[in-house]
Amino acid sequence: MNLLDAVLFIPLAGFFLLLAIPRDREELIRRVALTVSLAAFAASLALLGGFHRAEAGFQYVTDLPWIASPSIRYHTGIDGVSLWLVLLTTLLTPLGVLVSWRSISRRVKEFFALFVLMEFGLIGVFVSLDLFLFYVFWEVSLVPMYFLIGVWGHERRIYAAIKFFLYTMAGSVLMLAGIIWLYNRAGTFDYTAILAALSSGRLSLGPLEENLLFLAFFAAFAIKVPIFPLHTWLPDAHVEAPTAGSVMLASVMLKMGCYGLIRFCLPLFPVASHSFAPWIVILAIVGILYGALVALVQPNMKKLVAYTSVSHLGFVVLGIFTFTQLGMNGAVYQMLAHGISTGALFVLVGCLYERRHSLEIADYGGVATPAPNLAAMFLLTALASMGLPALSSFVGEYLVLQGAAETSFRWAVFAALGVILSACYMLWLYQRVFFGEARPEVQAQVRDASPREWAIMLPLVVLMVWMGTYTQSFMPPISASGAAILERAKDVPVEVRHRQPSPTRLALRLGEARNAR
Amino acid sequence: MPADFAVPVASEYFRVLPEIILAGVGVLIMLLEPLTGRRRKHRLGYIAVAGFAAALVPAVLGEWTPGPAFSGMVAIDGFAVFFRVLVILAGLLVALASSSYLRREEAESGEYYALLMWSVTGQCVMVAANELIVIFIGLEISSIASYVLAGFLRREKLANEAAAKYFLLGSFATAFLLYGIALIYGGAGSTNLLAIRHAISTPGGAPGLLVAASAALIFVGLAFKISAAPFQMWAPDVYQGAPTPVTAFLSAGPKAAAFAVLLRIYMTAFLPVSAWWEPIVWVSALLSMVVGNFAALLQTNVKRLLAYSSIAHAGYVLVAVAAHSPVGTAAAMFYLAAYAFMNLGAFLLVAWFSRRGERYVNLDDFAGLAWRQPVAASLFTLFLLSLIGVPLTGGFFAKFYVFKAALDANLIWLTVLGLLNTAVAAYYYLRILVVMWMQEPTEATADLPPVPLGTKLALWVSALAILLLGIFPTAVLTYAIHAATLTR
Repeated sequence: MNLLDAVLFIPLAGFFLLLAIPRDREELIRRVALTVSLAAFAASLALLGGFHRAEAGFQYVTDLPWIASPSIRYHTGIDGVSLWLVLLTTLLTPLGVLVSWRSISRRVKEFFALFVLMEFGLIGVFVSLDLFLFYVFWEVSLVPMYFLIGVWGHERRIYAAIKFFLYTMAGSVLMLAGIIWLYNRAGTFDYTAILAALSSGRLSLGPLEENLLFLAFFAAFAIKVPIFPLHTWLPDAHVEAPTAGSVMLASVMLKMGCYGLIRFCLPLFPVASHSFAPWIVILAIVGILYGALVALVQPNMKKLVAYTSVSHLGFVVLGIFTFTQLGMNGAVYQMLAHGISTGALFVLVGCLYERRHSLEIADYGGVATPAPNLAAMFLLTALASMGLPALSSFVGEYLVLQGAAETSFRWAVFAALGVILSACYMLWLYQRVFFGEARPEVQAQVRDASPREWAIMLPLVVLMVWMGTYTQSFMPPISASGAAILERAKDVPVEVRHRQPSPTRLALRLGEARNAR
Repeated sequence: MPADFAVPVASEYFRVLPEIILAGVGVLIMLLEPLTGRRRKHRLGYIAVAGFAAALVPAVLGEWTPGPAFSGMVAIDGFAVFFRVLVILAGLLVALASSSYLRREEAESGEYYALLMWSVTGQCVMVAANELIVIFIGLEISSIASYVLAGFLRREKLANEAAAKYFLLGSFATAFLLYGIALIYGGAGSTNLLAIRHAISTPGGAPGLLVAASAALIFVGLAFKISAAPFQMWAPDVYQGAPTPVTAFLSAGPKAAAFAVLLRIYMTAFLPVSAWWEPIVWVSALLSMVVGNFAALLQTNVKRLLAYSSIAHAGYVLVAVAAHSPVGTAAAMFYLAAYAFMNLGAFLLVAWFSRRGERYVNLDDFAGLAWRQPVAASLFTLFLLSLIGVPLTGGFFAKFYVFKAALDANLIWLTVLGLLNTAVAAYYYLRILVVMWMQEPTEATADLPPVPLGTKLALWVSALAILLLGIFPTAVLTYAIHAATLTR
């Protein structure tokens, strides 16, 4: 047991604590939820102290037997990628609690209990080093979110909640089949042991077997990311979820899919990853452009932000499947930046909703007049989200584009269109909501940011600037672990590479030919 | 009568002590019934609970006194111990929760408890039998008591329909079973499972046609009892019409016992010809999953919905049977244990909720239950999550072991189709969760009585068992693996 386990189990303890509080003591419940999530955040900050930033391996490892037969272990640990995702989760949970402070007024106890239970599941996903344990947490995080959307959501909440659950479930049962198959081949669920067996040659997967296993895992992750055309649950879930639910969904839950691709698909199935990469990249680029174009025409603010997620996460997937160091660094950085900026966007949209009780852009206009501070925060967040240099998303998107250009310049060209489009939809949204003549209703209903809202937004705004200007604080662990993962993903035997020609390599070869000339 | 007949000794009687206690206490209840005043019938329920608890002790102790009894007609091995404990526990939980239900329906009487105990007696005989005739006798004891229990509320139209249907179709299926037994006796010259196995594996020991026909006919008879497709027609009507505690019982005890018999016959006597029957089980498993899950999607009556889901679950267990390996047997055993508890919990909760005359059994009646009775609703949620197969519940590990065993046996397609079926199944369980948690309370949830003590106890025991099986499954699974290798 070490500090990481404390980070993981503080929310679970908080869940039971909250269950024990009588339901009419709402103020106490809110305070306890905040205290618990802040305690988990503090503990996770302390993780940074003992973390060796240049090392690629897993740190804070705990390895205990859980179930004897088949051998399932409580094996947890973090590397440079999961470190930041754990921190992202623990940072956004207290903020989510603050967001829900007043806006959740019914069934308060259940809401906050489920909210910290979800934090437990999310952290668990990022720290599990046992495939079975990973699956357990993957599903455990699903159930609270289902209830958060279904109970505290908006009008079509039930439809959205069921759709969310079934989509995720359909993908994850395939992953479960893959996990069991892998166990039957490797004799263990242990991630590090399977990697060791693969690299030493004790375990080798046939081409068809590897492709099918890759697809089984990929199905679960692609739905969660979501990759076009599996994204249709996302706008529904986002629009119907309560604000804090949207924040956690966009900022953390979508990252579970990206994380799965990085942690499992690439290192475990390198050959299949390479052979499917061209198709996945095409889907990612389609997602970037499609998400951006659909966002452009949304009349509903939350839906707009939801579609921007489809677009931004396309960059992440693109970065991962370039198999370059720059692309990988960019993808992980973009995951974090997207978590911060989109989380902030949902918070701000939630603030507007609390005031005006509408998500329709047409109901707003001139908000900057009664609420200048809110407008300033929104502007900074929007700029960060669209990737303005010196703000967080720029770093990630730039690196992804650079990595894509290394592999195929054409990819980078198409993907870069997404950056331009993001400026269009964000600035247009901003213009329609904040500028212009303030209508009487807007004047009457919209107040400026309250101290609580300042408290939520300030850390996010600071991080947007920090991540955009001083990447050295965040990048070294990502870079070290990303390099290690790419090293495994590159581990393709030569004869296999020649047996499976693919557009990627064709593009590479064309590039070489051009350079030679 | 076997040739090596010998007068039974004391240790052999001890090996069947659970059956003796159950049958004896059942008789005792019938004797006391006329002497008990109308307002004191619930005391007979206490006797039944005490009887089940008393039978549980020798059933557990059987683990330390394994061996055959009565010239090898009964064999107490780990497998028998596992299932005897399971069916007695199921009977105990149902007896606990029945008293308040029967009083509410003004039908409390000694016969109910006596029939319950005799039905469990039959199931204990079934799971411990090592010989086809004894299996048949156990099955009949269990079934006939169950037929009466299904129609126990004799003034209810639906209950009468349920009992008549259950009896007629059940007898028909029993005839198939008996025909199968007759054929294999003709072929192998014995009804002892090990002797049959020996005859089948000896070249020229038993005519292949007779063995194949017998294996098929016995499967038909047992598939009816476990409500596997295409012999599942009775299940929805009977489950809906029977008094809800009886429904809970039917879905737990008799089903587990029939599966035990299925496993024992096909994993011992018919194991040498597994290549013949595996495709039959394969098809039946897939059909059960598909028919059960897709029909359940359309149901609005919760009892009927759970009935269809129980068909689907029979399909999942058949996936493990199709694997025909010790691992598969262990997986099936684990599944049946987890399934018994989650289904008992769900049905007993419905029994409490339905109110007098079972007025409230529709999906919509559960609207907003979570905000009227949060504890009861949370327990129901746990049972449903376990039925879906969400991790950290027994239902998840049960599915996991079943599909792992199937993949071990290279049943890849069956596994993939089965897993996709679990995703379909999630939808109708979620519908119950939706009305409970996400809709506003209606009049059906307005004047709910508190959960009676007996029901509460049964629900909590089921819930704890599910969590135990879901978080620390090692002990039960290790035992199941050890028991599964002993059956041969």
